[in-house]
Amino acid sequence: MPEEFKLITKNLDQPGFTPDIGCYQRHGGYEALRKALSTAARDLPDGKKQSPQEVIRDEVLKSGLRGRGGAGFSAGLKWSFVDRRSGKPIYLICNADESEPGTFKDRQILHRDPHQLIEGMIISCWANDVKLAYIYIRGEMPIAARRLNQALAEARAAGFLGKNILGTGYDLEIHVHRGAGAYICGEETGLIESLEGKRPYPRIKPPYFPAVLGLYLCPTIVNNVETLCHVRHIVTLGGAEYAKLGTPNNTGTRIVSLSGDVQRPGYYEIEVGKVTLGELIQHPNFGGGLRPGRQLKAIIPGGSSSKVLKAGEKFQLKRKGPDGQMTSVETALLDLPYDFDSLQQAGTMSGSSAIIVLDDSRSMVATLGNLSEFYAHESCGQCTPCREGALWMEKALHRLNHGEGRKSDADYLLHIAQNIQGRTICAFGEAASWPVLSFVKKFRDEFESKGAADESARAANPARPQH
Amino acid sequence: MSNVATTAPAPAAPPPVEKLKIKVDGREIEVPKLMPDWQGRLQPTTMLQACQIAGAEVPHYCYHPKLPVAGNCRMCLVEFGTPMMGPDRKPVLNPDGTPKIAKSVLPYEPGTPRGAIACATPISPGMEIYPGSAATQQMREAVLESLLINHPLDCPICDQAGECKLQEYSVEHGQANSRFVETKVHKPKAVDLGPRIVLDDERCILCTRCIRFSRDIAGDDALGIVNRGSYNTIAAWKEGAFDNNYTLNTVDLCPVGALTSRDFRFKMRVWFLKETRSVCTSCSTGCNITIGSREDVIHRYEPRDNDAVNAAWMCDAGRLNYKWVGRPDRLKEVRRRNADGTSDRIPWETAIREITARLSNAVSGSVAVVASARQTTEELHLLKKLANRFGAITDSVPRTGEADRLLVSADRNPNSNGARLTGIAYTEMGIRLPEIAEGIRSGSIRTLVVFGEDVTQHGIGADLLARLETLVVSDILPNPTTAAAHYLLPGCAHAEKRGTYINGKGRLQRFLKAVEPHGDARPEWEFLRELVTAVTAQAVPATLEGLFNEMSDGIPAFGGVRWAGIGDLGVNVTI
Ligand SMILES: Cc1cc2nc3c(=O)[nH]c(=O)nc-3n(C[C@H](O)[C@H](O)[C@H](O)COP(=O)(O)O)c2cc1C
Ligand code: SF4
Ligand code: SF4
Ligand code: SF4
Ligand code: FES
Repeated sequence: MPEEFKLITKNLDQPGFTPDIGCYQRHGGYEALRKALSTAARDLPDGKKQSPQEVIRDEVLKSGLRGRGGAGFSAGLKWSFVDRRSGKPIYLICNADESEPGTFKDRQILHRDPHQLIEGMIISCWANDVKLAYIYIRGEMPIAARRLNQALAEARAAGFLGKNILGTGYDLEIHVHRGAGAYICGEETGLIESLEGKRPYPRIKPPYFPAVLGLYLCPTIVNNVETLCHVRHIVTLGGAEYAKLGTPNNTGTRIVSLSGDVQRPGYYEIEVGKVTLGELIQHPNFGGGLRPGRQLKAIIPGGSSSKVLKAGEKFQLKRKGPDGQMTSVETALLDLPYDFDSLQQAGTMSGSSAIIVLDDSRSMVATLGNLSEFYAHESCGQCTPCREGALWMEKALHRLNHGEGRKSDADYLLHIAQNIQGRTICAFGEAASWPVLSFVKKFRDEFESKGAADESARAANPARPQH
Repeated sequence: MSNVATTAPAPAAPPPVEKLKIKVDGREIEVPKLMPDWQGRLQPTTMLQACQIAGAEVPHYCYHPKLPVAGNCRMCLVEFGTPMMGPDRKPVLNPDGTPKIAKSVLPYEPGTPRGAIACATPISPGMEIYPGSAATQQMREAVLESLLINHPLDCPICDQAGECKLQEYSVEHGQANSRFVETKVHKPKAVDLGPRIVLDDERCILCTRCIRFSRDIAGDDALGIVNRGSYNTIAAWKEGAFDNNYTLNTVDLCPVGALTSRDFRFKMRVWFLKETRSVCTSCSTGCNITIGSREDVIHRYEPRDNDAVNAAWMCDAGRLNYKWVGRPDRLKEVRRRNADGTSDRIPWETAIREITARLSNAVSGSVAVVASARQTTEELHLLKKLANRFGAITDSVPRTGEADRLLVSADRNPNSNGARLTGIAYTEMGIRLPEIAEGIRSGSIRTLVVFGEDVTQHGIGADLLARLETLVVSDILPNPTTAAAHYLLPGCAHAEKRGTYINGKGRLQRFLKAVEPHGDARPEWEFLRELVTAVTAQAVPATLEGLFNEMSDGIPAFGGVRWAGIGDLGVNVTI
C-alpha cells in the first residue's frame, strides 16, 4: 500500500511539536551535529586520508541526495565543485525563497521545525569550511523569518552556533535575510545579487558559477531548505543507509505539495519513486481522488513551470532489466513513479515537487492565462527574450481569454515561446515558456477553437472594436 | 629611457602568445588563447573576439569592449559546436579523420540548436562557431523582433537615426514584418536624467551600457533600473541626479536614441555632419575627439578611441567647451592702435611690416614673450625663434584645476609640455612672469609679445602694459590685454587650424582643421612664420609639415618623428 514516509516531516507532523529548541532536542535534535563534529578522519583503501569534513562530504555524495529546489542536481557533486583553493571564504546560502506556484513544502519546515534546517546547515557549513552562512527567505514569510531568528538565537545560546561550537574551535554565524517579494530571487545567482544588496538580476554563467564566483565573488554553495535538512538525516543514517531510501539515482524522501482538483490537497512526504502519480492523486493516503463526477484533464507535475501532462498520455521509460540491459517500458501517465528521472523521461520534470491537478472543469486557455500572468509579472527583465516574450505571451493569452482571440494564436504563442527557451540568462526563460509550449501543443484544439469562436463572434458583430 | 617615439604608451616585452585553433563558419583560424578584457587584463578569448579576428560580424548591443560584460541583450547568440569526446575522453573522429563535432543543442530538446552568447563565452580548442548559420540568423531575428515589439519606431523624429544600431541591425538581420498585434508598453518620454542628459524610456533597449559606464568607469552609481520585466525603466537614483562630469559618454554608448545630449538634441541630422579628427584643449590629458561640424559651425565633440590617452571617453566639461569658437565677439580684424587711443583696421602685410620694423630697433634683452600653453607646438617653436633673436625672456601662464580619477588632469593647459620642450616655459610654468612685470616697471623691457593670454590677470596689469613701447598681441577673444595692444593679430581656435599638442604624459598628438577662421583671422603659425622670416632673415619652412619636421630635428626629445609619423593616435615623446 502506498504510504507516506516521514523523515523530514516526522517531528513537525506530531501533535504538540513546537518550533523551540527544547522540543527539538527532546526529539533527538542536534544529535546529528554532535555526531558530525566528532567524525573521525578516515583512511581510504588507496592509502589517502579523508579529513572529518571530507568524510561528511563523501557521505553526502554516497547518499545520492539530489537538490530539492528544482533542478535535482546531486548535492554531493555540487559541493565537490566548490573552489577550495582560492583562499577566499566559502559561503553557504540556504534558498528559502520558495515561490514556485504550487509549492508549499519548505514553509512547513521553516514555520514548524526551523531547528532541523539550522542543524542541517551547521553540519553542511562545517563540512565545507564555511564560517558565514545566510538563509535567504521569501519576503512573504515574515512569521517564518521571526521563528528562524528566534531559533538561531536559541542555537547560539546552546553553543551550536557562534564561536567555538561545542568546544571544537569551529566558528559559524548564520544570518537571515528577507527578500522583498520577487520570484526571481529564488534563482540562485539572482538570490546572490539580492543578498549583495542589488537588483536580483541573475548572473551569466560562464563565468559566474556560484561554486567559484558566488556571493561577493567568493565560492558559494546554494542549497534548498529541504536539501539541507536531508543532510542531517544522512549524517544520522550514514550515506549508504540513506541511499536505500527511495529508488536508485532517486534516493531519499521528498515532500510533495499536492494541490488543485483533488479531495485532499496538502503536503505528503514520500520515498522518491516509490509512489506513482496516480497513487498521489487517487489513493486515500494522499489526494483521495478527484471531486465527485470529475475526470482528470491534466497534471502539472513539478511546479507551475514544469511541462503539463495530459490525461491518457503514455510514455516510454527506460528501465534496467534484470539482465542489466536497458529496455523501454510503456508507462501510462498515472503509473509514472514520482521521481526525478521518470518525469524527465516523460518530457517534463519533478521540479519543486509540486503537483497541480486539473480536472475537466478547467479551461486550459484560462489556466495558462493565469500562469503566464505570473511569469510576465516575475520576469526580472534583464534579458531580451524573456523580458519581452513573457509579457507578449501574457497579452496574447489575455486577449484570447477576453473574446479577442484568433485561431492563429496557438501558433503565435508557440512562436513566442520557442524564441525564449534556451536563449536567456537564467532558467526563468524555460519556466515561462514551457507551460506555454506544453499547454498549446497538447491542448491545441482547445486554443484553436477558442480563437475560432472569438473570430466568428467578431465577424457576426462587426461593429465591435477589432483587434 | 630612449628617445625613440613609439605608438604605445608602455611597450612591455610581449609574452609568448599561446594560440588555439578553432573554426569560424568552416574556416580554420588561430586565435590567442587569452585576450584583453575591458580592463585590459588577459582573459580567455571570447567567441566574439575570435569572430572579430576571423572577420565575421557578430551583431551586439550590450557588449562594449571597454565595459564589463553584461550578456543581457542576447543579440550575439551564435550556434556552435565542440569536438565530441568518447568515453575514453579522446576525440571521436569522422571517417576522414577529422574530429566529429557535437553541435550544441538544448539538453531537453536535442533537435533544437542551443546558442551561446559570443560576448561572454570563452572559446575552447577545436570549437566551431557558426555566426553565419541559419540557426544563428533565426536567433538574431527573434531577438530583434523582441526588441522592436515595444519600441516606438519613431525614427523620423529620433536624434539617433543614422547612427542607430537598432536601425542598422534591423535592416541587416531583421524580418520585414512583425507578428506583434498587442498594444505596446508605454514608458516615460523626455525624462531629465541629469542636467545634460535626456532619456526616452520607450526607445531604451535596456542594454545597461549607461549603467555600467556610470558605475564601473565614472565611479558614480547614479543609474539603475526600476520596475520589472517589460516595464523595466532606466532611472537616476534621484530625479535629475545623473550629474557627474562624464554623463555625456552614455549618449555615445547608447546604441539607440534613448539617451540624448540636451546640448545636441534636435540640432542637426548626424549624416550632415563633417567629421574632423582633433583633440580636446581643455586640459593636459588631450582626449582624442571627433569634431562634428557643418558649414563652418561646430555642432558637437565626440570622444575618439585612443587607448594611450582617453580609451573611448571624454569629460562633459571638455566636450561642451566648443561654443566659444563661434562666439560673435571673436576677434576678426587686424588692428593698430594710434597714440590718441583710436585704432585702425590694417592689412596683414602692413601689420607684419610695421611690427618687423619696430622689433628691428629693439635692443637685446628689451623684449619679452608670453605665449600661452594653448598655442600649438609649432607656434611656440616659432615664438621661441623670435625670442632667441632678441635674447628675450619667455614664459607661459599656468592654468590649474582639480584632477579627477578618470581623465581630467590638474593642468588645464593642453600643451604645457609643448611650451616646455620648445623652451618657451620652464618646469614651473609662469615662474618668470614676475621678472617680466618687473622689467616693464623698471623700463628694461620695452617690447612685449603676448600670444593667447590676458596678462593683466597674471601680474602684468594695464598700468604696466601702458608703459610699453610696443605691445604685440594675438588672441581669439577680446580682453584687457588685447585692448591695450599696439598691434592686434586675430588668431585661430584649434578647430580652425592644424597643429600639435603634447599632453601631460608626453603624447604628441596632431589635430586637423574642421572649420574656417573668422574674418581676417589666420592660423598663428602662418603669420608668425612671416614675422620670423622678416625679423630673423632666415628661411622658415612654408608648410606646417615642414615646420614640424624642422622643429622635430631641433628637439632631441622628439626622437626624429615626422609629421606623417604622428598618425591619428599620436606618439610618445620624452618629457
Ligand atoms: C526562476 C527560478 C526560481 C527558483 N526558485 C527557487 C526557490 O524558490 N527555491 C529554491 O530552493 N530553488 C529555486 N530555484 C532553483 C535554484 O536556482 C537553485 O538551483 C537551488 O536553490 C539549488 O538548491 P538545491 O540544489 O538544493 O535544489 C529557482 C530557479 C529558477 C530558475
Ligand atoms: S531569463 Fe528572465 S528572469 Fe532570467 S535573467 Fe532573463 S529576464 Fe531575468
Ligand atoms: S538608455 Fe541606452 S545605454 Fe542605457 S540601457 Fe537604455 S539603450 Fe542601453
Ligand atoms: S579630460 Fe581634459 S582633455 Fe579630456 S575631455 Fe576633459 S578637459 Fe578635455
Ligand atoms: S552582446 Fe548582448 S548578450 Fe552578447
